[in-house]
Amino acid sequence: MRRNLTAYGFLCAALFCFTVFAWYPMVREFILSFQKTDLINPPTWVGLDNFKAAVQDPAFGEAWLNTVEFTVLALLCGYAVPFVVALVLNELRHARAYLRFVVYLPVMLPPIVAVLLFQWFYDPGPGLFNQILGFFHLPPLAWLDSSSTALISLVLVSTWMNMGSATLIYLAALQNIPPELYEAAELDGAGILKRVRHVTIPQTRLILLLMLMLQIVATMQVFIEPYMLTGGGPENATVSVAYLMYQFAFSQMNYGQAGALGMLLMLALLLFAAIQLRATREDRA
Amino acid sequence: MISREKVGTAYRDRAASRSEAMGKGARIPIKRVRRRRPKPIHVQFRTIVSPHQLNSPWGRRIYWLVLAAVIVLFTLAFVFPFYWMITGALKTPEEIAEMPPSLVPADPSPAAFFEAWDLFDIGTLLANTAYYAFGAWLFSMVVDVAAAYALSKLRPMFGNVILGAMLATLMIPPMVILIPLYVTIVDLGLLNNPWGLWFPAAANGFNIFLLKRFFDSIPRELVEAAQIDGAGPFRVLWSVVLPVSRPILGVVSIFTIVASFKDFVLPLLVMTDSEKMTISVGLSQTAGAVTQNQVMGGLVIAGIPMIIVFFIFQRHIMAGLTAGSIKG
Repeated sequence: MRRNLTAYGFLCAALFCFTVFAWYPMVREFILSFQKTDLINPPTWVGLDNFKAAVQDPAFGEAWLNTVEFTVLALLCGYAVPFVVALVLNELRHARAYLRFVVYLPVMLPPIVAVLLFQWFYDPGPGLFNQILGFFHLPPLAWLDSSSTALISLVLVSTWMNMGSATLIYLAALQNIPPELYEAAELDGAGILKRVRHVTIPQTRLILLLMLMLQIVATMQVFIEPYMLTGGGPENATVSVAYLMYQFAFSQMNYGQAGALGMLLMLALLLFAAIQLRATREDRA
Repeated sequence: MISREKVGTAYRDRAASRSEAMGKGARIPIKRVRRRRPKPIHVQFRTIVSPHQLNSPWGRRIYWLVLAAVIVLFTLAFVFPFYWMITGALKTPEEIAEMPPSLVPADPSPAAFFEAWDLFDIGTLLANTAYYAFGAWLFSMVVDVAAAYALSKLRPMFGNVILGAMLATLMIPPMVILIPLYVTIVDLGLLNNPWGLWFPAAANGFNIFLLKRFFDSIPRELVEAAQIDGAGPFRVLWSVVLPVSRPILGVVSIFTIVASFKDFVLPLLVMTDSEKMTISVGLSQTAGAVTQNQVMGGLVIAGIPMIIVFFIFQRHIMAGLTAGSIKG
């Protein structure tokens, strides 16, 4: 009994923080999504109106499409590239410290610095990227100003500033693979690609699956890139669900509608997590 | 002069090792024997490519080619943007808008740094950010260490339920509960109050997870010995658990400070007074209103603190990155 008392004494500060700033907001989101509130006047209950309004917003469908598209592109860049990079880095015997240092450097920058830096690179006139294209006599691109390239431009920034941590995590996982497995595979006549396929990937499967989930969850809530670089434009081509949520709340002062959209996003992520969990379980059985 | 016999044995030895290396009988002309054999690529640990393949003549060539390509590519992709940012800040507004741009500033001048410092009011912004980061670190260390210690060593009733509920918050993406969190902060009157950042920072399931897992690995005997000597739970934490937990405390500290320094969305909503903004939010608000070289000056100054942290704590950061993820 006394032990419990002292233990809860040690726990009380954390319980307060978690209750008020982590657990309660989840409940609050649920309540919020059925209320109409601007934080000034007392809230009123409106049933499912918030969900209806959110779904009927002209940008709603586009925001989901963009988010999915962003996630897929970010998976191609942000998920596959770091793994391949880590594979190559793991084979190199020189300059390892330098390469590891350099790839992690952008991760240390505040995201706003990376985003504003790339905003300048994307400048259609004197921006670095179009100057490089011009140097090779290639036609300039509109980057952020065209609805066809805006989204991939955002993916590029977010890959640049985030891939370092994924790369280093994969690298550590690769170094944990017992060398005997490669030797055995080689004795059995497996070539390099077969060794990757039958040794490396199965051995790193767990971390690959975990990172896949983290990556998808992280990109599903992309916000700072559209907020700073495009404001959702051109023609809603880069509105993400998280950005739309921000707009509902802070441009339209409609917190209930933002909460409803947040609930939908949470449900989508939960659904995804459930599918993923099921897939991995079947895989194992 | 080497005697004929010696050359003969040397040839045989080399031929043998070479045929081993290439996996087939090698016919090497006598002439090549005298050439110094290139230093083999040292292999500390076995990876996908076997040491034999790596040290075969073609393996070696491909290896150096790939190495050079990777170094050049990485430098271009991850170092050149920094170079461009810094030289951009050293250029004049006219030179920075030139087409094609100059690779090296014609007349480098640090004026943009000073202008950016004044225009963005970077002194205030940096002081704010450092204050919030320091506070978040101090508060969340006290709260999370105490909680992890209670869950790991004191093991109260429902401890596992609480731990599970804390870890479950890791599954909820921060953006999803951003709006209700903001509403909660407004309800509590914590707008423009640093506690509006410090309380949510302490509610960090990942810190609790890392700390608890480390505390779990501390041998029971150590704790029990202290208890027999009459140490109370607080004394055990202070004199036994904390001193042996230095590595994990370092990792958690660095990650908390870096995360707090980099945070954008929550400070954007909570710290809205221009006197109280963080550096990220301040830059984002003013960047549109100043010249490009001044923006770059501001970005360089904003980037420097964390780059310095990285230089100093590189090993801890990389260790922490893998400690948290691999076994999790």
